[in-house]
Amino acid sequence: MADLTKLAKLLQELDDQMVGCMKCGMCQAVCPVFAETMKEADVTRGKIALLENLAKEMIHDAAGVQEKLNKCLLCGSCGANCPSGVKVMDIFLRARVIVNTYMGLSPVKKAILRGMLTKPALFNALLDLGSKFQGIFTTKVDELLGSSCSKVLSPVIGDRHFVGLAKESLHSKVKALDTPAGKSGKRVAFFPGCLGDKMFVSVAEACLKVFEHHGVGVYMPEGQACCGIPAISSGDRVAYDKLVRINLDLFAKGSFDYLVTPCATCTATIKEIWPKLMEDYPAAMRDQIRTLHDKVMDVNQFVVDVLGVAPEAPAKGGVKVTFHDSCHMKKSLGVTAQPRALINMNPKYELVEMAESDRCCGSGGSFNLSHYDLSRQIGERKRDNILATGAQVVSTGCPACMLQMTDMLSQHGAKVAVKHSIELYADSLR
Amino acid sequence: MPSAALIKEFEAVVGKDNVFTSEADRQSYSYDSAVLDAVVPSLVVRPTSTEQLGKVVRLCNENGNPITVRGAGTNLSGGTIPDPREGIVILTNSLNRIIEINEEDLYAVVEPGVVTAKFAAEVAKRGLFYPPDPGSQAVSTLGGNVAENAGGLRGLKYGVTKDYVMGIEFFDVNGGLVKTGSRTVKCVTGYNLAGLMVASEGTLGVFSNIVLKLVPPPQASKAMMAVFDDVNKASEAVAGIIAAHVVPCTLEFMDQATIRYVDDFTKAGLPRDAQAILLIEVDGHPGQVADDAEKVEKVLNKVGATEIKVAKDAAEKFKLWEARRNALPALARAKPTTVLEDATVPRSKIPAMVKAINDIAAKYNISIGTFGHAGDGNLHPTILCDRRDKHEFERVEHAVDEIFDVALSLQGTLSGEHGIGMAKSKWMEKETSKATIEFSRNMKRAIDPKYILNPGKIIGA
Ligand SMILES: Cc1cc2nc3c(=O)[nH]c(=O)nc-3n(C[C@H](O)[C@H](O)[C@H](O)COP(=O)(O)OP(=O)(O)OC[C@H]3O[C@@H](n4cnc5c(N)ncnc54)[C@H](O)[C@@H]3O)c2cc1C
Ligand code: SF4
Ligand code: SF4
Ligand code: SF4
Repeated sequence: MADLTKLAKLLQELDDQMVGCMKCGMCQAVCPVFAETMKEADVTRGKIALLENLAKEMIHDAAGVQEKLNKCLLCGSCGANCPSGVKVMDIFLRARVIVNTYMGLSPVKKAILRGMLTKPALFNALLDLGSKFQGIFTTKVDELLGSSCSKVLSPVIGDRHFVGLAKESLHSKVKALDTPAGKSGKRVAFFPGCLGDKMFVSVAEACLKVFEHHGVGVYMPEGQACCGIPAISSGDRVAYDKLVRINLDLFAKGSFDYLVTPCATCTATIKEIWPKLMEDYPAAMRDQIRTLHDKVMDVNQFVVDVLGVAPEAPAKGGVKVTFHDSCHMKKSLGVTAQPRALINMNPKYELVEMAESDRCCGSGGSFNLSHYDLSRQIGERKRDNILATGAQVVSTGCPACMLQMTDMLSQHGAKVAVKHSIELYADSLR
Repeated sequence: MPSAALIKEFEAVVGKDNVFTSEADRQSYSYDSAVLDAVVPSLVVRPTSTEQLGKVVRLCNENGNPITVRGAGTNLSGGTIPDPREGIVILTNSLNRIIEINEEDLYAVVEPGVVTAKFAAEVAKRGLFYPPDPGSQAVSTLGGNVAENAGGLRGLKYGVTKDYVMGIEFFDVNGGLVKTGSRTVKCVTGYNLAGLMVASEGTLGVFSNIVLKLVPPPQASKAMMAVFDDVNKASEAVAGIIAAHVVPCTLEFMDQATIRYVDDFTKAGLPRDAQAILLIEVDGHPGQVADDAEKVEKVLNKVGATEIKVAKDAAEKFKLWEARRNALPALARAKPTTVLEDATVPRSKIPAMVKAINDIAAKYNISIGTFGHAGDGNLHPTILCDRRDKHEFERVEHAVDEIFDVALSLQGTLSGEHGIGMAKSKWMEKETSKATIEFSRNMKRAIDPKYILNPGKIIGA
């Protein structure tokens, strides 16, 4: 059994942040996991109390705490709503690193996270192969993995209806780009993210089309690695550090005004998590991270705030489309108006709001794999809210949510298309 | 931990999934929102029907296990901290059905685990109004509200939870179902046991159904904010408004410390030099609202408010309220530990109370921001500290003692709405009398001979 005193010591570094939790319980109102299980240990207040007790050696069952800690979507709803301003994400991510490292990563997880994810070339090659043999790639991966993007790593799982790997990934279609700024005078580095590269290639292509339309130069280097969220949310600091370093080295080679991604999760990871977890890096790396923190931007925000795209009036009378505020987009980045503006740019559509548009869809990464039933229950509430609008299309700004909603809608046999807001905008061009 | 056989019996009643035995699960029911030491229960049981609830209560009594019923666990007085002697926590959050909303007779019947805000929203959907609105309403349960007699911002005009309780069905310690009150406006059938259950903090019985009164909603409202360079003037304004026969639905107060903390947090440009801010809202018929607002403005001008802002529309009203909405978030962020007190005085004594609180803060060298419900004298002196700093926390405890002393000397009360629980039981005799405690204990002994219903709360052990 793990030495609890050592574990406790490590967790004490979180004390300054945890002590800010005044145990008011207001997080019960917003936590999607709590809404399903109604168990205090599943809500932020309970998790923090358990971590505090672990740090004080008042609890013996560390594995029990680990299980509760991992039963979380890392959706950030609780932090965004916390009257005491507790930095919940900080606490949970660091705690996952400490507790999961301490309890030991499983060999499968290690193999995937460290052996595959951190080697972009190998990872891509394997998945390119995988896309050709998707039908026979049927290993059941119940193992807890990182983010929702980890579904990329396990294409066919159980009875889930999700989007498979694209026939041809973006990196094999386009490889790399390095074009000068056009009429916009701006140049962006483009980070499609794993999902944009390997599953929703049409989303990445829509971004490229928009950049071209507006005369935006693009730097898209070959060999991009995952942003690291699957690794860090599994508590794998080693793989995470490697991924961050690969990306930093790659982007250091180009010059650009913004680093743009179509994945709210990637944007939030680069903007918030990288700077949060950089204190042990060398000064040069920290500088690079600070620079990227300032430059990284969600694609919707880029098009609206930087390129100045703005609809004259909301489009009316077209195909009904409803919008889901992805957690990372709204709660981490505070982006809500921009994707709606882009949808309103397309006269073929009419935006209708759904109830609880900012309620988590239940994807939450590893969560979807490790707690599939719970994830499905949370997703069903989202699905019902979508269906209640009568919309034929549901749009969002995060490929991870697109996966989850596709799964939930298609299992229900609902004929609702799932589109990224940038796709709807790109579709209105020319 | 109770015996395996007893656990089996609980499982037979509520199902295996609803009996929590693991260390992690039990520890997560060892605390509530009060700043007190945690006590880990020996078992946690979650009935999913009121019938199961009665059986669980009976089983606990038969085996002599102390019961602590828990709603959302947001009370601020330790009312849901379980008993260290093999205490069992009973959760009500799966008893969350709204059984009936009667639009003709203006009442609703609910199970105790219904969340306050969800209930209020359902009622509003039917064009009716359930006024009690504690700050925790997004999570608090109606059972918890009744058991604490929760108040809220609308207390002055609309009253508090007790004013809406028409009837209660509750289980006695033996699991027998006691019915009291009714669905009628008038009812004198038997003792007013429903009244006894209000604010009983789980020490006398376990509610299974509650009948709540509903009212028609006001058609219009108007909000304004007034700034004062002297707390006395704010208090005169409150008195003046009441004397002008206007009963605002809300009349909220913030002292200088709170104003500054809020301004630090929101950068909203609040008047940092002001000694007090009042936020006032009148509601009712549109015509009456306009009249009342005019009267209030007159009073505010007369007593010499340095600034008066009247909201013209819903958006402006939302903005005006922003400062008040941010009072707790701003205070809570300022320091790690937030001790939310609740001493209440007759409203004319507010200036004396605020002065005393500031003196106490200076004396013990601690930070206190005071805000609250000026209309009913219910202040929330909020102490900002770091409970890890033992010396400071000792000073905080002394300060709390003195705040109570002052409140009592001003003919106020220990708690306006947060309850006595464990936090304030040692003060009970001081406010009431020895006979009061004896009477209460005798009554409790008669209905709960084994003393298993949330022992240690309100009247001590
Ligand atoms: C941020 C914040 C703001 C707050 N604002 C206010 C406010 O404005 N006004 C106010 O009055 N309070 C306020 N409170 C205090 C608290 O929310 C209230 O006391 C609320 O009524 C508690 O409800 P609960 O469901 O959390 O009950 P719990 O805390 O779970 O329980 C409270 C008491 O009720 C008993 N109980 C619960 N259910 C039953 C039942 N079925 N039968 C018998 N006994 C039962 C419990 O044993 C316990 O003694 C606030 C608290 C917080 C954290
Ligand atoms: S809302 Fe914030 S302060 Fe309150 S219990 Fe949850 S995490 Fe703690
Ligand atoms: S991050 Fe989301 S799932 Fe996790 S505790 Fe917070 S609200 Fe719940
Ligand atoms: S967040 Fe983006 S880059 Fe990171 S794993 Fe998910 S899709 Fe890949």
